Amino acid sequence: MIPAPFEYARPRTVEEAVSLLVHHGEGAKLLAGGHSLLPLMKLRVAAPSLLVDIGRLVDLRYVRDAGDHVAVGALVRHHDLETSPLLEREAPLLRYAAGFVGDPQVRHRGTIGGSLAHADPAADLPGVVVALEATMVVYGPRGERLIPARDFFRSTFESALAPDEVLVEVRVPKVGGRRWAFQKFNRRSIDWAIVGVAAVEADGGASVALVNMGPIPLRALETEAALRRGASQAEAAALADRGTEPSSDLNASAEYRRHLARVLVRRALEQVRR
Amino acid sequence: MTSMVGAAVIRKEDPNLLTGRGTYVDNLRLPGMLHMAFVRSAEAHARIRGIEVGAAAALPRVHGVFTARDLPELPPIPTVVPGLERPSLARDRVRFVGEPVAVVVAEDRYVAADAVARVTVDYEPLPPVPDLETALAEGAPLLFPEHGSNVYAEIPPAGDAEAALAAAPRRARLRLVNQRCAPAPMEPFGVVADWGPKTLTVWASCQSAHFVRGQLSKLLAVPYGGIRVIAPDVGGGFGAKQSWYPEYVVAAVLSRRLGRPIKATETRSENLVAMTHGRAQVQEVEVGFDDSGRILALRVMVTQDAGAYPGDAVGLPMLTMIMSAGCYRIPTVVTGCRAVGTTTTPVGAYRGAGRPEAAYLIERVIDLVSDETGVDPIEVRRRNFLPADAFPHTTHLGFVYDSGDYGKALRRLLEMIDYEGLRREQAARREDPTRPLMGIGFSTFVEMGGVGPSAMMEGLGMLGGWESARARVNPDGTVTLAVGTSPHGQGHETAFAQIAADALSLPLDRIEVVHGDTEVVQEGIGTFGSRSIAVGGEAVRRASLRAREKATRVAAHLLEAAPEDVELEDGRFFVRGSPDRGIGWEEVANKAYRPTQLGDLEPGIEVAAFYEPGLTTCPSGAHCCVVGVDRETGRVTIERYVGVDDCGTVINPLTARGQVMGGVAQGIAQALYEEVSYGESGQPLTSTLAEYLVPSAAEMPRFELEHVETPTPANSLGAKGLGESGATAAPQAVVNAVIDALSHLGVRELQMPLTPERVWRAIQAAANGGVA
Ligand SMILES: Cc1cc2nc3c(=O)[nH]c(=O)nc-3n(C[C@H](O)[C@H](O)[C@H](O)COP(=O)(O)OP(=O)(O)OC[C@H]3O[C@@H](n4cnc5c(N)ncnc54)[C@H](O)[C@@H]3O)c2cc1C
Repeated sequence: MIPAPFEYARPRTVEEAVSLLVHHGEGAKLLAGGHSLLPLMKLRVAAPSLLVDIGRLVDLRYVRDAGDHVAVGALVRHHDLETSPLLEREAPLLRYAAGFVGDPQVRHRGTIGGSLAHADPAADLPGVVVALEATMVVYGPRGERLIPARDFFRSTFESALAPDEVLVEVRVPKVGGRRWAFQKFNRRSIDWAIVGVAAVEADGGASVALVNMGPIPLRALETEAALRRGASQAEAAALADRGTEPSSDLNASAEYRRHLARVLVRRALEQVRR
Repeated sequence: MTSMVGAAVIRKEDPNLLTGRGTYVDNLRLPGMLHMAFVRSAEAHARIRGIEVGAAAALPRVHGVFTARDLPELPPIPTVVPGLERPSLARDRVRFVGEPVAVVVAEDRYVAADAVARVTVDYEPLPPVPDLETALAEGAPLLFPEHGSNVYAEIPPAGDAEAALAAAPRRARLRLVNQRCAPAPMEPFGVVADWGPKTLTVWASCQSAHFVRGQLSKLLAVPYGGIRVIAPDVGGGFGAKQSWYPEYVVAAVLSRRLGRPIKATETRSENLVAMTHGRAQVQEVEVGFDDSGRILALRVMVTQDAGAYPGDAVGLPMLTMIMSAGCYRIPTVVTGCRAVGTTTTPVGAYRGAGRPEAAYLIERVIDLVSDETGVDPIEVRRRNFLPADAFPHTTHLGFVYDSGDYGKALRRLLEMIDYEGLRREQAARREDPTRPLMGIGFSTFVEMGGVGPSAMMEGLGMLGGWESARARVNPDGTVTLAVGTSPHGQGHETAFAQIAADALSLPLDRIEVVHGDTEVVQEGIGTFGSRSIAVGGEAVRRASLRAREKATRVAAHLLEAAPEDVELEDGRFFVRGSPDRGIGWEEVANKAYRPTQLGDLEPGIEVAAFYEPGLTTCPSGAHCCVVGVDRETGRVTIERYVGVDDCGTVINPLTARGQVMGGVAQGIAQALYEEVSYGESGQPLTSTLAEYLVPSAAEMPRFELEHVETPTPANSLGAKGLGESGATAAPQAVVNAVIDALSHLGVRELQMPLTPERVWRAIQAAANGGVA
């Protein structure tokens, strides 16, 4: 890896991290697991002048029962998610989906905070937190604020985080009793989704999120509405690509992505509501 | 002592490699060493108007920035088409993205990369030629205007197949694309050059230290004695590390200029644009056959995408032509080829080098004939096989197949797979819309191994097609074998020791194999073309037998017997008839270095053998792939992969299995995952491993692999080699299986890689009554 030159700081607290971001300005970047940022730096697509390494802020590495929700610290690794008994009980969709991120090496380094903050439209967990209607807890120079998942993702690689803010926690509503499904379509097991679907049973239907069907994770709103109207799974799934704007790339054309979204949503719905 | 040849011995080289004690080029740290990095062309095709290096040269810890003008002593890269040489640094024109246009030397590679980013090149864009279609179009932009055409080399078809095709009761055509693949070895290319007052020493991640020395000697006009080339541990080559790269001479010349060792190692993204690519052929095929599936005539026209410069790619389609008829007796075969320039990375040898392309072609033809006639694909193969008594068999271009029994491997394969059971399951799954479709694909292939003899290799610009080994019996009774081949993952240290162990009647752990250092090893040729065991192994055997002969004479002297009466068994020499009065290897070896006890015998035991094979060998086999195809998404899942290989004598079943698995993995990769792509402007679209989809173990099926053994007469071991068999066997086994899964829908052709989308589109087109 041959990045452009950069400075490196390892703050001991979140406050210190924020103050480094504030003082250094634009060129500073948080470094968590490094599995999205470092590949960009090694291709010199990203060239931050300061890396603020929060990777060892162990205080942000917890999965806690917080009453009506599960509190997940931003530095929780994908592997921690994958093996959490609490999540298995209260939000098994998140636990399950984490097992599909990259490969074991990636899952032992990459963090939920990094994955969400990075806002890659092809990433798995953003779609999952949108389907689960989780809430992001963000800390910055102006203190703490809460951002619902549906407002967190703004565009490709762009979240609602200000450059001097740190995502500290993800609050995942407890959905233990509900049925759920996660469908990921890719070519190699290590790859990002060509299209993904995260779905949870909801009153009168299901909450269905689509991965990589636009610049941000999208809810399949017409599918959800059709289910509430009492449409069959097949009918509802046939609407899954409505309102999406998938891209075309080497892996798949937009047309094929639309087709996949319809197929995968139907398969997901068959798992969610038998 | 039981025979070591044929024993599943674990690899001698693994403890070092698995504990991180291997030494690759990038591990070398020489005192005073500097790092070089290329400024690479960002344009596919352009004139260079100027290169601005000031900002780069001004960076601290940069020792120099050089363009072609600054290094007039740089020789070009040799070519087989005189006049179309590739300069080691581009002069006034670039012909592919990634072509080096300048070089930076700095204290470390980070600074070197910073400096590279500060060099600005003023390009005057020329029209790109990203593919064969553009290259061959009327009025196409020319890569070498002075050459007058983008066709670098051409062999017109010898003869006319039209009459035979017309006379055949039925005929059919295929246009096959054998897509461009990147060899992507785990270790990218790298060299360290240290040109001192006396010697130029080069460490290179290559497939033949001797070849590199020969080239350097020629290009830099330095005598052999002034050059030492070392191939340390090499992490995969797949043919591409036999190609010649600018780093060799640029690093050497810069080392001489700056008086410091120079290291050059590629990043992965550089590797994907700078290392030669493979395959990249389009084949126009026409076949004449009858209703029983008998093939009567075959016409093949191969168009090879050579990439920007006519290098190794010129020879590849010739190998395809030679092997076009596969393992079949076809009365009329007519082949022709041309190699065409495009503004893309140069193409070279890649595991199989022209033969997988041939095997793909003929095995697709067989399945097409089966689909057209309704005769089972196994039956079509049987009806057309060269019979076991047909060998040696001379093909349409005069190439000789040494030996083979194609029916034997196929019979064993059919026993392993339960063919009828599979066909029943396939039929049941077709009827059940809830289950994925199923397809069964076969590949009965033949290729070339033991590449030689010299007449053929000289034609390809090599010193020869022989191989060498030297056996030294040390005074402690151990043996050091120096071999002219140069392994890069194959496990030669183990396999050659097994061959020598049998010849010398010594345990394996007494035999050490050294290779890849021109100062330590006598002249050699190298490792490519599945030749190491079949040619190098025979040299090892002969050298070992000669050492044994000398040792026997020493033992005879010590035993006061005639050498003819001395036998060697279980590491002991004794006079025939009295095995209890013998002496051990250790004593014989030791005495061999004590002239006081040797009488008239010359001291020492050290002998070399140079072996020139009379024949190329022809490894073959029968493979079967069973796939599931998701009806809705087009995703292909390999449900079974079964292979029976015939590489003659198997030296080590364990390493043989590794070779077949690795080769099949690369073949599956070609069939389903990998393709180097370029955009319309000639920009590479697959220059990281996120876009160029090398599959991992997770994508591989469980392999069911066996061997049958039809020995070759080409060497005394009977071994044919098998380094390339897997890659030659697998692509068409997979593709035939997928087409078989969809054939009831009318699908007859699909181009690799079979991406889910491609397969889905074929299903859609068939469902809409269109042609896939
Ligand atoms: C080979 C490979 C395969 C992969 N496959 C997948 C896959 O299949 N699916 C998938 O979803 N992902 C995949 N990933 C990405 C992986 O999940 C990343 O680990 C994750 O996206 C980013 O997490 P990180 O902790 O590594 O973040 P980093 O790389 O450290 O940071 C990523 C970005 O987020 C910012 N950031 C990090 N933490 C915070 C925080 N707490 N607050 C604010 N900003 C922050 C950083 O500044 C940076 O901009 C893959 C990665 C690799 C290398």
